[in-house]
Amino acid sequence: MTLMQNAITAAPLLSVQGLTKRYGPRIGCADVGFDLYPGEVLGIVGESGSGKSTLLSCLAGHQRPDQGRILFDGADVLAFSEAERRRLLRGDWAYVHQNPRDGLRMGVSAGGNVGERLMAVGARNYAAIRDSATDWLGRVEIAADRIDDRPSAFSGGMQQRLQIARNLVTGPRLVFMDEPTGGLDVSVQARLLDLLRGLVRDLGLSVVIVTHDLAVVRLLADRLMVMKSGRVVETGLTDQVLDDPQHAYTQLLVSSVLQV
Amino acid sequence: MIEIQNLTKSFTLHNQGGVAIPVMAGAHLRVAPGECVGLVGRSGAGKSTLMRMVYGNYLAGGGSIRIGGVDVVTAEPRQILALRRAVLGHVSQFLRVVPRVPTLEVVAEPLLRLGIAPQAARARAADLLARLNIPERLWRLSPTTFSGGEQQRVNIARGFAHDYPALLLDEPTASLDAQNREVVLCLIEEAKARGAAILGIFHDESARDRVCDRLVDVTGFTPGLAA
Repeated sequence: MTLMQNAITAAPLLSVQGLTKRYGPRIGCADVGFDLYPGEVLGIVGESGSGKSTLLSCLAGHQRPDQGRILFDGADVLAFSEAERRRLLRGDWAYVHQNPRDGLRMGVSAGGNVGERLMAVGARNYAAIRDSATDWLGRVEIAADRIDDRPSAFSGGMQQRLQIARNLVTGPRLVFMDEPTGGLDVSVQARLLDLLRGLVRDLGLSVVIVTHDLAVVRLLADRLMVMKSGRVVETGLTDQVLDDPQHAYTQLLVSSVLQV
Repeated sequence: MIEIQNLTKSFTLHNQGGVAIPVMAGAHLRVAPGECVGLVGRSGAGKSTLMRMVYGNYLAGGGSIRIGGVDVVTAEPRQILALRRAVLGHVSQFLRVVPRVPTLEVVAEPLLRLGIAPQAARARAADLLARLNIPERLWRLSPTTFSGGEQQRVNIARGFAHDYPALLLDEPTASLDAQNREVVLCLIEEAKARGAAILGIFHDESARDRVCDRLVDVTGFTPGLAA
């Protein structure tokens, strides 16, 4: 029972209020708010153009919202200085891109890709960095003898796992993921999903994951936010939103998925 | 342990002219610790709908579902998640897992999520799989390729891995042979003996007679069907 009480009394790790981003007269996302608690995985779903990617890039600090507040661990992230923001992006926060090429340095070895992020937060001991890189390659199921290979020699699934290792090596508490399984074969997707689930559970990560794949969120996300035309139309427990959708758009979205 | 009062539910089909279908009204029941209550009523009367609402899988329209101090009807998602982790177990008819995850891990997962040491969690999982006659050579394989009966037994092992104070069982003995059916009935009796409150759907009448202390006919909760 203590576990249950812990889960309920903890403060949110990320608290978002009234987040709005406009592109001229067009709405990117409007008045989005939610709380994300430690160890929780929030899925954001919607079709292309629904604003889910705009929302993620505002949350992750890639774009500045026009209005709203983003509190991380109680601190107002939008009021951070550039140096503070960079430190956050390298340490406590991580961002997994859909295309691993956007999150990796393709000309640097696998070990270097992982080690680089450690050095960015101040690690200097070469042997310790290499040990840590080897450990992380193992955790994402990349053989240790590939540590000196460049990611360009890796398959798409391996590249994505390497990107995850690069992101998680600094022990972030919050991970943003943009369609992390998009563009991968189904069998490779399954392996990645299994890996992500294990890491989230074992490391107690909080995750915001954007995807259009309802099967992925069913397996990965605790809660869902459904977006349409820049606004959140429905939120709730993942299986409840998928099995008993309340909003017309969610009903359409769920009923449009082919059964397998 | 489980207390349902004045529960209502309707489905609104926005993409079919916005028609609202009331499926439940005035549902009430309670399940005490150590008791097993069976839901009965003809197909379509709302047995599964009621079970899904208790698990928080379907949203209630009104009323309350109190389980271990939480009202599922008004609880926040994370309260329901915490409830499902520690208090409320569910054995559904279908196994839904990430492909590739070994059977032993699938069964141990509810324990790992509770923070139980991997070794102890796997030992408990192995114990249950052995009792349910899943051959050890299959434990390292994903259950996605197993037969229907094997998947059902993996699902049951997973559902009984943690000693939940409250349990929902949806046709736990369906598609099982006599020997495994007996194991499952024993698991249910053991859960009752340790004080679990169980709400179940059993089409298997002799199983129902053996484990259920009381039956509740959901037809009385179905608008348009109630006498």
